[in-house]
Amino acid sequence: MFSPLTPRDLRVCMKKLGVFICHCGTNIAGTVDVKSVAEKMGKIEDVAHSTDYIYMCSEPGQQTIREAIREKSLDGVVVACCSPSMHENTFRKAVKSQGMNPYLCEIANIREQCSWVHQKEKGEATRKAEEIIQSTLEKVRRNESLEAIAVAINRRVLVIGGGIAGITASLDLAEGGYEVILLEKEPAMGGHMAQLSKTFPDLDPAFNGLLSKASEVSKHPKIHLHCYSELEDVKGYVGNFELVIRKKVTSVDEGKCTGCGICIENCPVEYVSEFERGMGMRKAIDTLYPGSIPNKPVLYREYCRYFLDRSCQRCEEVCPEKAINFKLEEERISEKVGAIVVATGYELYPKEKLGEYGYGVIPDVIDGLGFERMLSPDGPTKGRIVRPSDGKVPKEIVFIQCVASRDPDRYMPYCSRICCMYTAKHAKIYKEQVQDGQPYIFYMDIRSDCKGYEEFLQKTIEEKGLLYLRGRVSRVFQDDGRVRVLGVDTLTGKMVEVAADMVVLATAIVPSNGVKDLAAKLRATVDRHGFLTEAHIKLYPVESSTKGIYLAGCGQSPKDISDTVSQASATASKIQALLSTDKLLQDPLIAFVDEGICSGCGICVEVCPYEAREMDPHRGISIVHSALCQGCGACIASCPNNACELRNASANQVLRMLDTFIV
Amino acid sequence: MEDPKLETVADMGKVNSSFLEETSKKSGEKLNLCYQCLKCTAGCPTAPYMDIRPNNIIRMIQMGMKKEVLGSSAIWFCVYCQTCGTRCPNEIHIGVLMDTLREMAMEEGIPAKEKNIHLFHEAFIQSVRRGGRAHEVTMLMDYMLRSRDLMKDSLIPGVKLFLKGKFPLLPSFIKGRGEIKRIFEKCTKNR
Repeated sequence: MFSPLTPRDLRVCMKKLGVFICHCGTNIAGTVDVKSVAEKMGKIEDVAHSTDYIYMCSEPGQQTIREAIREKSLDGVVVACCSPSMHENTFRKAVKSQGMNPYLCEIANIREQCSWVHQKEKGEATRKAEEIIQSTLEKVRRNESLEAIAVAINRRVLVIGGGIAGITASLDLAEGGYEVILLEKEPAMGGHMAQLSKTFPDLDPAFNGLLSKASEVSKHPKIHLHCYSELEDVKGYVGNFELVIRKKVTSVDEGKCTGCGICIENCPVEYVSEFERGMGMRKAIDTLYPGSIPNKPVLYREYCRYFLDRSCQRCEEVCPEKAINFKLEEERISEKVGAIVVATGYELYPKEKLGEYGYGVIPDVIDGLGFERMLSPDGPTKGRIVRPSDGKVPKEIVFIQCVASRDPDRYMPYCSRICCMYTAKHAKIYKEQVQDGQPYIFYMDIRSDCKGYEEFLQKTIEEKGLLYLRGRVSRVFQDDGRVRVLGVDTLTGKMVEVAADMVVLATAIVPSNGVKDLAAKLRATVDRHGFLTEAHIKLYPVESSTKGIYLAGCGQSPKDISDTVSQASATASKIQALLSTDKLLQDPLIAFVDEGICSGCGICVEVCPYEAREMDPHRGISIVHSALCQGCGACIASCPNNACELRNASANQVLRMLDTFIV
Repeated sequence: MEDPKLETVADMGKVNSSFLEETSKKSGEKLNLCYQCLKCTAGCPTAPYMDIRPNNIIRMIQMGMKKEVLGSSAIWFCVYCQTCGTRCPNEIHIGVLMDTLREMAMEEGIPAKEKNIHLFHEAFIQSVRRGGRAHEVTMLMDYMLRSRDLMKDSLIPGVKLFLKGKFPLLPSFIKGRGEIKRIFEKCTKNR
């Protein structure tokens, strides 16, 4: 049954090998006859030691391996046990302690791939275990001694997004002593939190909390803030990213501008403000919001009359510091960092697609962020709740939850997580402001799953007498100056019609615009909705699947401020762990090129998904960037001349391993 | 509307709040706290005979459905065993609520859906008024006189109870009968 080694084979590999077979309790030994396997393996010519043990991974089990290496001076070890993802490291460390190169120790998986799946075919399982071990022996015979690859690390961090997630991550990293580059696409920090009135469940003013954090960022000597900027290009790999940052043109000289606001007052151009959710106006030269950090205006060239027809130069004339400069150009800045935090945040579901709720058609139908602006003391109504159409106080107001959330057929299948709580908060604040008003809330379920949320909700319902109607809304239409809302209360089975003065939609959270393009630049993955995907939903929730790219905030999934801040801090501490060493150690099981055979065709450069292959222009051959190569094998499969090989998985090795199964 | 089975409740605001406020105030229960866990209905021994389940009674009060609630048989079927109130996570004592609703129905002159059930209710209350606790024999006699039903509804169950020893012939009064009297007087005055 065993094909004996030819004399040539023995000459090629004069190694003395050891085979160690684990019972794994009865996991393996209950199916595979481990004693007979150990005995048979012991009879192979170059196997100097073959034994079995109840738990090889236990300390006495590892001791067996260490002693055998010492006494029999073994040159290679095969441990037949569970999957290498479980204990490869354990056994490689054990052999290393005896001076053996760890890459000469290999795992033969006879549990997941043998005993567990063949529990009813014991004889066949034993035969398969023998073949798996033999094939692994074949690999070890030709394994090389390898050393882990050490890569130098740049100990600076790029944070993309200046919302509360990016601000928190930047501050944590900077406090840890690392230099941070913080990118924000808008003219000031804050993100959506700057639009909010009060936070739930504590009803603290969101704006004040945000500004105190943002001012810490602006003063921190280790944080380099680039507002109105975007990431244009990124190259490299974990520990060594090379960036190009595009600073959009502000037409305002940052050094000269004092933020006095005279230009804003004098600018004659007004247009509808997206920050105020369409309920306020802004100027062609303006700050993002009053009191923003940094508090310097930006000239929007698409609205400015100077750039449209050169008809106005008011801001330039009135600026006491002569800071307005129409000739300023875009800037590009090159930077190097070791890790990147993606904190790109969210948008609300676009109103154009919510016709069934009359959003965008009926003026008195607004979304959650719009209501937040209305409640904000610095918002378009100075904190007063009024109908956008005529400025009257709404006496009956309908809140609709789960708008475009939890609707896999037409909209988004997921729960947006924050709407239940902010709707309760909205209704509470409404009831406090309009005491004779009646809020109605259409809901499907109420989800209040964080600290203090359920209590907040129940207290609000008790004190404010909110009427929750369980069911989706079927129609929203305008009728005689009011907004009629048709729905069903499933708890009583009655159809419900409310003639409301105003409707607030708790629309779904979706990823920010442009995240897909950014993710492509970073080689990070996004799910089908555009949320950035984590490496493992439970165990690696802040790491992206690309090494060195980390996640924080709503760019990864919908979450509230508490969760966002927690995740941002988790991300920061993960990065601090990564950057705590001078060098990164990487697995050396990567591609290499036989320079004598390579014809320099360049096919490997095109197929490499990690940009790890490059042509050497001087020698005309292809080379491997060891730090970038992940050992996927794409270049090896595509090389027409077989000039590429994978370390310790050469074609010769793989074919011989296959032979043991076929012969 | 489109579906004839679904009845439209138009103009939510007007219907809703007054009935909810009235029942909440009279019963002293925080009715808007109910989140429809159905613990009350699950444990109610008389729920299988009710036309509207206890949880739905609360919901219908929240929705302002006064006519339906006060005209239901459910409010008369409640035996005040207090299982619902003991178990309610939001401390709503539905027994108390049901009593309030019965009183409200009688005030409004809405006839009880079940025959003679309000007479039994009155007989019970009067018995309590007399002795501070119900005395079955005198209570039953009272009911028989009120309902003029001497056999079917009262005598046969009475004999059964007597044979089981649940029918003490002599009434036992509580000590604080004077206080009970004052309670009744106060309640009647406040009405």
